[in-house]
Amino acid sequence: MTTPVLSSSPRRAATSLSVLLPSVCVLAGAALAFLMFPYDLSFLTRIVIMMIFVVSFDLILGQAGIATLGHAAMYGCGAYAAGLIALHLSPDPILGLAIGAVAGAVMAWISGLILLRTHGITLLMISIAMTMVLQEAASQARWLTGGADGLAGITVSPLLGLFEFDFVGQVAFIYSVSVLAGVLLLCQILISSPFGLALRGIEGSASRMRAIGTPVYRRKVTVYVIAGAIAGIAGALTAQVTGLVGIEVFNFSLSADVMVMLILGGAGRLYGALIGTLLFMVVHHLAASVDPFNWLFVIGFMLILVVFVLPKGLISLPTRVTQLLRRT
Amino acid sequence: MGDGLAIVGLTKSFGGLQVARDLTLTLPQGSRTALIGPNGAGKTTFANLLTGVLKPTSGKIMLDGQDIGSLNEAARVRAGIAKTFQITNLFRDLSVRENLRLPILEREGCTHHIFRRADGWRDIEAEITELMLELNIQSLADKPVRDLAYGQQRLVELALTLAVKPKVLILDEPAAGVPSTESHLIVEAIKRLPSDLSVLIIEHDMQLVFEVANRIIVLVNGAILMEGTPDEVVTNDRVRELYLGAAHV
Ligand SMILES: Nc1ncnc2c1ncn2[C@@H]1O[C@H](COP(=O)(O)OP(=O)(O)OP(=O)(O)O)[C@@H](O)[C@H]1O
Ligand SMILES: [Mg+2]
Repeated sequence: MTTPVLSSSPRRAATSLSVLLPSVCVLAGAALAFLMFPYDLSFLTRIVIMMIFVVSFDLILGQAGIATLGHAAMYGCGAYAAGLIALHLSPDPILGLAIGAVAGAVMAWISGLILLRTHGITLLMISIAMTMVLQEAASQARWLTGGADGLAGITVSPLLGLFEFDFVGQVAFIYSVSVLAGVLLLCQILISSPFGLALRGIEGSASRMRAIGTPVYRRKVTVYVIAGAIAGIAGALTAQVTGLVGIEVFNFSLSADVMVMLILGGAGRLYGALIGTLLFMVVHHLAASVDPFNWLFVIGFMLILVVFVLPKGLISLPTRVTQLLRRT
Repeated sequence: MGDGLAIVGLTKSFGGLQVARDLTLTLPQGSRTALIGPNGAGKTTFANLLTGVLKPTSGKIMLDGQDIGSLNEAARVRAGIAKTFQITNLFRDLSVRENLRLPILEREGCTHHIFRRADGWRDIEAEITELMLELNIQSLADKPVRDLAYGQQRLVELALTLAVKPKVLILDEPAAGVPSTESHLIVEAIKRLPSDLSVLIIEHDMQLVFEVANRIIVLVNGAILMEGTPDEVVTNDRVRELYLGAAHV
């Protein structure tokens, strides 16, 4: 049998620090944003929650190469689960998050068992269809979900029994940032694990992975469930922070936006998900305040530019620039 | 124990096209067998039937007395059958070391670990280094595979397959596309393979076949035309006709 390396070598110490790096960056950036934009905290919180959602999508698209257009399914299930728990069972926010994660994971598991047997266009179409079915179901099941009106008046108790969610949104922001930092740490650990390496192998060549004996389908289902749990957490946070859940959590446009944000930033590295989300949300916010009807124009233009000039996303800008400089 | 691989009455058709016709043969432990035949004869298809990529229409595959015909691809790898790809199939964005880490982690049953580092097993890292030394690719350890020359990629292809420690190794045209100046590296690597390993080599280059194989099977239109020692095969009239015929096209 194999024995793990003892954790004393300097190289290992350095690499375990690098595991913390994305989380540390996010904490630093969030602290700065908190000080600079104290009156935009609700918008900042939306960005942070979206980052969690896009990071979860990076696990499946960026790491394992599974492209879907139905990631909102898990987000929506997490949102409804957290909303229902808060309304009917317990207002505890952490419990709500846990339930949201479970709801997202269960949804991912059930849908993944079918979805992940398919590829390409079929996979895209089935993932869209499943989310549509969920939206219709949420709209029909008025007794549970409030139908088209959604769940309203969701309130949560103070965080850890200590911090009351305030009107300005300070606690909500800090709460969301902490969850994001935790999620990033988990993802970073996962990426450097044997499981993470296997995912990158599947993304590189599924046929070769099978030829070295990897149960490819099982690994895909596992990462899909993990990503689903994280997406569920993002949905649960939204429900808790906004106090509302409506059937638009299952909107097709949400799944599509997530894909766009990830492609903009660059799939495969967590930073890409963070940068893409930040850019998308800020540009959307600014452009929509200038022209509320044609903001998509700006986003579309940006996406075309990135896809042609930086096919690996904004995250690859520094390497691309040095490449170009070296050539001239 | 140690009977090697026995194939009985293996048949496969794609629609109306029969690409394997009642193939029966054995690959004893430690054997060095070459499978030759014209393009489209069904050599790769035969290899894919053995590894479980394709399901046979009928027939039996036994490894050391066990019927492995119903096992899926991953299970057959664990049972001990591994194959290199005719067209290089590597993890292009990963370094050579990472490429080799994957099959070893898989073999040791480690790829489900989420909370441990992929490079955290000292003996696995040592085994990777050893494997690279064996194939003389240790200087490429940290390069992404996509940056390697084709001949070097073929060596990594071989290393990746050896890393699963198979009992039966199938090499599908291991030197195809490799410049002749580098193909001796591959021949040498094959000659150094452990002697208890049973090797089936699919190859067009007769020079290479003579160097490594002591038994040759000639496949034509999905059926075995003949089987024998290299001398018997080259002096066979039908084989000569086939190869001379092919050379004229
Ligand atoms: N998946 C498939 N579906 C239909 N026909 C196939 C399939 N795979 C292979 N064939 C056909 O089966 C025949 C045998 O193909 P195979 O690849 O096994 O030949 P080969 O002996 O390996 O040839 P080469 O020397 O060119 O590699 C060919 O006629 C090929 O077109
Ligand atoms: Mg072939």
